[in-house]
Amino acid sequence: MEYFIQQLINGVTLGSIYGLIAIGYTMVFGIIGMVNFAHGDVFMLSAFIALILLLIFTQILGLGFLSIALFLVLILSMLLTSLWAWAIERLAYRPLRGSFRLAPLISAIGMSIFLANLVQIAQGPRNKPAPTTLTGVFTFGDGTGFTVTLSHRQILIVAVTAVLLAAFWYVVQKTPIGRAQRACEQDRRMAALLGVDVNRTISLTFIMGAALAAVAGLMFLIYYGVVHFNDGFVPGVKAFTAAVLGGIGSLPGAVLGGLLIGLVEAFWSAYFSTDYKDVATFSILVITLVFLPSGLLGRPDVEKV
Amino acid sequence: MPGEGERRLTFAAAVKDAAGTGLLALGLCIPIIAYRTHQDMSNRLVLQERWQFVAFAVLAAFAARLVYLLAPSIALKPAPRLRMGGESGAAVTVFKLVGLVLLFAYPFLTIAMVGPAGAIKWVDNFAIQILIYVMLGWGLNIVVGLAGLLDLGYVAFYAIGAYAFALLSTHYDLGFWVCLPLAGILAAFWGILLGFPVLRLRGDYLAIVTLAFGEIIRLVAINWVDLTRGYAGISGVPRATFFGLPFDDSEEGFAAFFGLEFASIHRTVFLFYVILMMVLVTNWVTLKLRRLPVGRAWEALREDEVACRALGINTTNTKLSAFSLGAMFGGFAGAFYVTSRGQGFVTPESFTFAESALILAIVVLGGLGSQAGVVVAALVLIGGTELLRELDWLKRIFGAEFQPTQYRLLLFGLAMVLVMIWRPRGLISHRMPTVHLRQRRAVRGDLVGEGHG
Amino acid sequence: MAANSGPLLAVEHLTMRFGGLIAIGDLSFTANHGEITSIIGPNGAGKTTVFNCITGFYKPSSGRILLAPDGPADAGEVAQLTRSARRWMKASNGSLFLLERMPDFEIAAKAKVARTFQNIRLFPGMTALENLVVAQHNALMRASGWTVLGMAGTRGYRTAEARTLDLAKYWLEKVDLIDRADDPAGDLPYGAQRRLEIARAMCTEPKLLCLDEPAAGLNPKESSDLKSLLRSIKTEHKTSILLIEHDMSVVMEISDHVVVLDYGEKISDGPSDAVRNDPKVIAAYLGIEDEEIEQAEAEITR
Repeated sequence: MEYFIQQLINGVTLGSIYGLIAIGYTMVFGIIGMVNFAHGDVFMLSAFIALILLLIFTQILGLGFLSIALFLVLILSMLLTSLWAWAIERLAYRPLRGSFRLAPLISAIGMSIFLANLVQIAQGPRNKPAPTTLTGVFTFGDGTGFTVTLSHRQILIVAVTAVLLAAFWYVVQKTPIGRAQRACEQDRRMAALLGVDVNRTISLTFIMGAALAAVAGLMFLIYYGVVHFNDGFVPGVKAFTAAVLGGIGSLPGAVLGGLLIGLVEAFWSAYFSTDYKDVATFSILVITLVFLPSGLLGRPDVEKV
Repeated sequence: MPGEGERRLTFAAAVKDAAGTGLLALGLCIPIIAYRTHQDMSNRLVLQERWQFVAFAVLAAFAARLVYLLAPSIALKPAPRLRMGGESGAAVTVFKLVGLVLLFAYPFLTIAMVGPAGAIKWVDNFAIQILIYVMLGWGLNIVVGLAGLLDLGYVAFYAIGAYAFALLSTHYDLGFWVCLPLAGILAAFWGILLGFPVLRLRGDYLAIVTLAFGEIIRLVAINWVDLTRGYAGISGVPRATFFGLPFDDSEEGFAAFFGLEFASIHRTVFLFYVILMMVLVTNWVTLKLRRLPVGRAWEALREDEVACRALGINTTNTKLSAFSLGAMFGGFAGAFYVTSRGQGFVTPESFTFAESALILAIVVLGGLGSQAGVVVAALVLIGGTELLRELDWLKRIFGAEFQPTQYRLLLFGLAMVLVMIWRPRGLISHRMPTVHLRQRRAVRGDLVGEGHG
Repeated sequence: MAANSGPLLAVEHLTMRFGGLIAIGDLSFTANHGEITSIIGPNGAGKTTVFNCITGFYKPSSGRILLAPDGPADAGEVAQLTRSARRWMKASNGSLFLLERMPDFEIAAKAKVARTFQNIRLFPGMTALENLVVAQHNALMRASGWTVLGMAGTRGYRTAEARTLDLAKYWLEKVDLIDRADDPAGDLPYGAQRRLEIARAMCTEPKLLCLDEPAAGLNPKESSDLKSLLRSIKTEHKTSILLIEHDMSVVMEISDHVVVLDYGEKISDGPSDAVRNDPKVIAAYLGIEDEEIEQAEAEITR
């Protein structure tokens, strides 16, 4: 039972990270119907940005308060990652809008290759261990057999995810920006006729997705304590799986999907084998798409003849 | 940055705009380029400042934007339409013949030019590698270019072919010419098996499912250690022989049999002709199929699936035939890869997603459905990045630490983006009709469908 | 075909629901051999949905769609087929097909029902000729021995291919597009695309041709050419036609039989003269959008 609860905690933590990345996929797909293939690499890039910022604050500037340093890293890394996402959208996707359907996808794959190799060249091909942060744990249990540990970082990850999701939800549901986004999702041309700046709205969507990916990047760094230039691909595909599982285009779906994927991964590794945990995730992706293409919370789509 | 609308700007405005781009580059570079993380003696991560690279990146961005703004007639002008009199024109026939003769003479030309030892690189790294990618590109072209089904996991069939070949030849001691067709057939079988459940999916969903299949196959190859030996890979796959004569310096070897002096180029040249024949057969089969009902059905499927069904075409079977035929060519290429460039060695590392992306890029950059486009794109992408290895003289400018090959994939990714912006439909986008009454005229690329599957 | 007293197509108690919405409710009508049957009704009446059910693109929620292409169906045999799980059977008087059980491509291939689409669905990147050759896919596929004989280029395949081209040429001439045979379909003007789509459907050599608003967007000259084309298909090619059309001049002039739908239900059924004067039809038409009222009124009461 303790083991089960332990895996539940691990799964939710992992799932929060996937959920944060998944929102970026789902929002971009919702608004321009494109799988932003480079999103996983934007996430990886953000983890590197966070790592470097953390080192700048702790080593060069000698900031003593870890909590303040982490907070500043979070804000700055969200800003810098957003800048990257904005530039990528501007350079690689916007010129292709409304063109041949495969072109943006190929462009995104090219961007993904570019980003991964840029980081490899700039930062080297090795694993980068982050300075250890937040090592404290809460331990539950009486010491007989298994005990459940809940580390401070896990609490931080889940709490930050929850707070940011709430803020994000507010933006999308209650503000003019969110309204413009939803309008563009429904009918881009009509939204433009009604005075919505479509390009700006799409840019903002990319920026919001990247900002959340940057949060995920920092959380990933804190949780695993290590990052590698290739770490964009597999978490990216898993997050995309989460978005599809939840129903692509649906924000609560992305979070739900993320949590489910995190739980599946944690329990699969715990009860079966770590070797095939990624196979399990990919199989979920295939099974979902084949049998439930609109996902758990998505709208079914009727073939127009 | 301003919109795409303005083209002609005053110099001052262009400089101002380019300065903005430079500033953006500065913002992008600040953490990721300016500081390099590396581990010191005590394994602690420390930062190393590298502002000179940032300065270079900012200047490059500034210059690129300035050139783009001030030379609008070159950059991003709508690509020139290729006027094609049709592939059957006399000039084209002559051109094709000359190309074919040159291709057949290629190994001997290189040997004559750089000697047998130097020629290995030019035949193996360049010609054989490019031809493998041409074959893969043509195989995938059937699926993506003709049938309009977006497959992001094509590498799975390349892997199945390679593993099938390696396992069959090591376990059952079968020769190259027996294993090669078996590898292709097995790949085609897996194409049907994987294709059946997923081919009713549409659009990006099919792409993602095929990507997942590609990854699953690779992960199984890594984790099923009993069969595949995991990361270590299968080694000692028998190398190709000249119809039973091994390429070695023994008494029974190829060189001894023909009274030649033993040289390792013999095997390379032989493999070159094997892949050349495989490529030519692939092309012949594809062109022939395009003129048969099955091929027309593929293209009709790409144009409009609903209309196909209304005409009584069984779209599932049509998709499966395209998928499995593409898989078969991928399987052949995989088998050939093991025995040639793989040096009798196969590991899961050769079959990552990047490989699928590369093959797809060749097809899309070349122009969907165009056989010639695939050749051009493979030449440019594979040959071009391979040429980076030849740029050692750059070390004299940038210092000994500079490794041009490091930038291979970086430039490759950037090239994919830029070519898509320049020609979203690829280099050769027009389509030749398969039958005609009076005159065979190319169909403009913008009319040709792109498929939605 | 003279002995055909039974209908070619019998739609019985057809219902189609999308979630809570009932697009078609308990609709029954028949289409006879050698006749042009029109389905008319205001926008959103469910006409195209009926087509999609007949041609297998939608699976009806309930109801039976029986096609008896070779002659009147025997009631006992129909009942026997309905009870079985089969999709079609060889009956005493030719084959019987239950279309609601068949997938779309099989309806076109086996039951020989061809259709066109409201928003033209040609293969725009293929030439007009290629469009008509693709339409003969199944016949040519058999002749090519499922590609094996075709690869070998046997004589049998080559003659079959020549026959295919002859039929394509015949229809290109018939719809006056022979001069544009080698032009991509996407480059043809609108009216020509409509004609090409009909020619393509006819190249499948159908027993029943379903046309979804073939006159939409045509000018008066093209519209009158269309009428003679449809008459000739009916008489020369012995192909029955099911027609959805808004252009009342076309409907009233060439239809043998008219079915009127409104809100997914049949409100009138009979020869064109009878339908034209049916008060329910007039009422339904007067209830439609403002800009069409005058037009509809003028045409119906003419």
